[in-house]
Amino acid sequence: MTRPPLFTVALTSGLALALEVLLMRLLSIVQWHHFAYLVISLALLGYGVSGTFLAVTQHRLARRYTAVLLANVALFPVTAVACFHIAQRIPFNAEEVLWDPWQLLYLAAVYLLLTLPFFVAANVTALTLMHHRDQMPRIYAYNLAGAGAGSVVVVGLMFLLPPLATLKVLAALGLAAVVAAVWELAAAGRRWVAVAALAGLVVLAWAPIAQRLAVSPYKGLSQTLRIPGTRIADERSSPLGYLSVVESPQVPLRHAPGLSIRAVKGPTAQTAIFTDADNPTFINLDATGLKYLDYLTSALPYHLRPLRRVLILGAGGGADIQQARLHGVGRITAVELNPDVVDIVQSRAPVYSGPPGSPAVDVHVGEARGFVAGAAERYDLIQLALLDSFAASSAGLYALNESYLYTVEALKTYLARLEPDGYLSLTRWVKLPPRDTLKLFATAVAALTDAGLVDPGRRLMMIRSWQTSTLLIKNGEVTPGEIAAMRRFTEPRAFDLVWHPGLQRSEANRFNVLSRPFFHEAAVALLGPRRDQFLERYKYDIRPSTDDRPYFFHFHKWGVMAEILSLRGRGGTPLVELGYLVLAATLLKAVIASAGLILLPLWILRRRRRVESSAPLPALRVFGYFFAIGLAFLFVEIAFIQKFLLFLQHPLYAITVTLTAFLVFAGLGSATAHHRMSVRTPQWIAGAAVAGICVVAGLYLWLLGPLFDLLLAQPIPVKIGVAVLLIAPLAFGMGMPFPVGLLQLGEDAPQLVPWAWGVNGCASVISAVLATLLAIHFGFTAVVLAAMLLYLLAWLSFPLPAAVPTADR
Amino acid sequence: MIGLCTLILTAVVHAASVDTQRHRLARDGMLSAIRADYQDTANYIGQDRADPDVLLAMGKVPRHEFVPRGARRHAYANRPLPIGHGQTISQPYIVALMTDLLDVEAGDRILEVGTGSGYQAAVLAALVSQVYSIEIIEPLAEQARQRLQRLGYSNITVRAGDGYFGWRQHAPFDAIVVTAAASHVPPPLIEQLKPGGRMIIPVGTRFMVQELLMVVKDDAGSVTTRQILPVRFVPLTGGH
Repeated sequence: MTRPPLFTVALTSGLALALEVLLMRLLSIVQWHHFAYLVISLALLGYGVSGTFLAVTQHRLARRYTAVLLANVALFPVTAVACFHIAQRIPFNAEEVLWDPWQLLYLAAVYLLLTLPFFVAANVTALTLMHHRDQMPRIYAYNLAGAGAGSVVVVGLMFLLPPLATLKVLAALGLAAVVAAVWELAAAGRRWVAVAALAGLVVLAWAPIAQRLAVSPYKGLSQTLRIPGTRIADERSSPLGYLSVVESPQVPLRHAPGLSIRAVKGPTAQTAIFTDADNPTFINLDATGLKYLDYLTSALPYHLRPLRRVLILGAGGGADIQQARLHGVGRITAVELNPDVVDIVQSRAPVYSGPPGSPAVDVHVGEARGFVAGAAERYDLIQLALLDSFAASSAGLYALNESYLYTVEALKTYLARLEPDGYLSLTRWVKLPPRDTLKLFATAVAALTDAGLVDPGRRLMMIRSWQTSTLLIKNGEVTPGEIAAMRRFTEPRAFDLVWHPGLQRSEANRFNVLSRPFFHEAAVALLGPRRDQFLERYKYDIRPSTDDRPYFFHFHKWGVMAEILSLRGRGGTPLVELGYLVLAATLLKAVIASAGLILLPLWILRRRRRVESSAPLPALRVFGYFFAIGLAFLFVEIAFIQKFLLFLQHPLYAITVTLTAFLVFAGLGSATAHHRMSVRTPQWIAGAAVAGICVVAGLYLWLLGPLFDLLLAQPIPVKIGVAVLLIAPLAFGMGMPFPVGLLQLGEDAPQLVPWAWGVNGCASVISAVLATLLAIHFGFTAVVLAAMLLYLLAWLSFPLPAAVPTADR
Repeated sequence: MIGLCTLILTAVVHAASVDTQRHRLARDGMLSAIRADYQDTANYIGQDRADPDVLLAMGKVPRHEFVPRGARRHAYANRPLPIGHGQTISQPYIVALMTDLLDVEAGDRILEVGTGSGYQAAVLAALVSQVYSIEIIEPLAEQARQRLQRLGYSNITVRAGDGYFGWRQHAPFDAIVVTAAASHVPPPLIEQLKPGGRMIIPVGTRFMVQELLMVVKDDAGSVTTRQILPVRFVPLTGGH
């Protein structure tokens, strides 16, 4: 038997995963991240399509294995660049989806195009699996290890290069894979292929392809660049986000969200930093034009009493720092996730150093919650500004707006670092009908109740402008003096009171008038004895967000869907929570496409079978097994990425480390299974692996929380080491069921091998979306439990157990 | 020969009138959609029918002239449409509601910040004596100016520039409409509003108006806002 082209499989698999991560980044820049999520998850159907395609064509392809494999390896770099390039030219506008049905066609065209590179990459592994049936676990091990390496390499590349250059590097590596494949397969005409690959490299370097990103004209950056005289002064790129620094000397940029309508002056000149062409943060260039900062709702805590030590989470352009300094705060500590943002701010305005004689700001680069958890100091005020750009930067592989900054546990962490009588200040956008402001209030009430306080309302204060709301949680009871100071602050600024102990309904809707004092009524309800009924009956999901269900930005309730749909086109569009519906639509499309991809080849195979012999195909068992492990693998992976996100406290480390560790150790598991085959049956190995996975995953559900608390203060390298050690046994087991099942199938019903590969691919696509939906509604613990059940189900339906010989044996 | 010319001319006039008739019918359909939306949203906007003068004005303005050629078949649909340069022409219902909420009178002087296609200005021009409109995107300002001139709107003055500081030369204004969402209400605009005047700002994205912000300056010069959700939807269902 010849040696399988293992290096080619590993390289192509690695490049496919790298492309997936990169496309997520690219599409987050040109569109919005939930559409990136939709496009990528559907593009991964390429794996399912590959299975279907090979199941149907296997007879013809088997004879031309070398040529077909080489063609697929060669098509990867071509499709990776060309398809993205063409997709960029399709005028898809996410915002118009609700108005214009044509947009759905454009969207379908985009994801069909982006499916192609995944389709050919999947073919490379599947063809090799089919051709070298006796070595399936080994091939699968290289596939997983390659993918693991791919995820590390692409993150590294994205630190060094802009995203489009990274795409070209991946394509260049794809060309290298062609040369490697020719050598591994000992194919004829090696030199010619090498020359062709070199020519491809030259074309890639010089041809005018994919030179500039076509960002949606409706994103913040595109809109700002319409202003005469604006220009991009600097661009920085890293996996944390694509930053564009925009200067506007002719028409000054002026950003002051929630500015009082009674403010006499707005901000003066500013420079903007856009992350992924949206979510701008602004740098005040003129140190004398900062008075406006006292006319924002976030200035409230500075008017209650003198504050000495302030911690600002999410420093961004530095306006919150300047606001603290404006109010005479001596010691300011600021945390910012993206080092490039700190660097840009430092180079453009003396935000951190302050005026001569004032102490410098203590700036930390890191994740906000992790910083607070590890902080030794206590603060008079911890301010969590409008940090939505944080969520955007952490929009990694399978994230849909999860945020660990606004959970019950997070608020408790912040409160623990307050001085007695200190404040935690949280500013949010005001949306109508009220959503996040109320969810935050509910989360604060839950955090205080959790901490054992009987009357949480006595520690809360909340105000609103027409645009922003600021909630203060005090480490102590609110005093009459503070209430008086709060009124002195709000009255001249025309801000409305939402809540303080003893506030009357008639005082809560005076300046920014709503048809009813919705915010105050909701606050009263959330503090009252019928809180649960209120949450139940409210038309949006404003239940407190928790670490297990960290979807602060999720508000959709299925119960009101009919009402919202009936209002579509009748002013009802602002009620739609697009992100969630996109997720649901993605699941629906994935299920429909998968059903087609799974059933079509089965029908064709059965027809052929009927011609050849009367024996039935063991399709149901095969489907049950490969579908269940496809779902379960990603359920476990996604749920534990989330758990480790909290431990490693940096979205980038967490996703890269967890994903790579899962893939590499699963690869090791697969290789080990290969060696164990000589002494154990595939079914025994699958059973042992499933038992191991269930025990370890179950244990982790109980153990990880306390263990993480214990090790939280350790340095990052230690924590990465611990994370890898913890993932190792789980992933090791998870790498076994797929290849041993495939191996068994290869012996008993080889014509079903590509079909099983396709079933597994389709299940993975559904799994990624379904895991997020389950987590949104039931939490990640439920996702892990579901995965354990699915693994058991898989074991029960192990294909063709030795004791039940099939008809064709 | 004369007969032939007359025949051709008749045919052209006839074609034009058919075209106008078609647009008039489409406009009637648009007005019906607006009336239905008003009834639906009475809960929030505080009235169940539009000001007849506003509807009359909207019934006169040829909206199809304000949208790009490729989008004309949707011109009278109750939806926003892209007009190029990353800008949109608002949904007719939102235009009606904004105009209605401004509560204008025949002799009023209005400031518009964000001319866009010029449609909102054209609707206002049918109701008041003078509309001043500022557009920051120069090509859009030029197009709107030419379009409004061609259609015979003599009481609209368009200029290209930054609307943040209003138009001091013609201030104060009886009403101000800001058609482009801003991060805050520019203090100079509040200053240029007459006591008793109103300002309207749609809040949201280009294709989805989340709410309408109405800034009201009372006779004593004190400023408050009203936030109007242009939808029939009551989020609180009791339990408190």
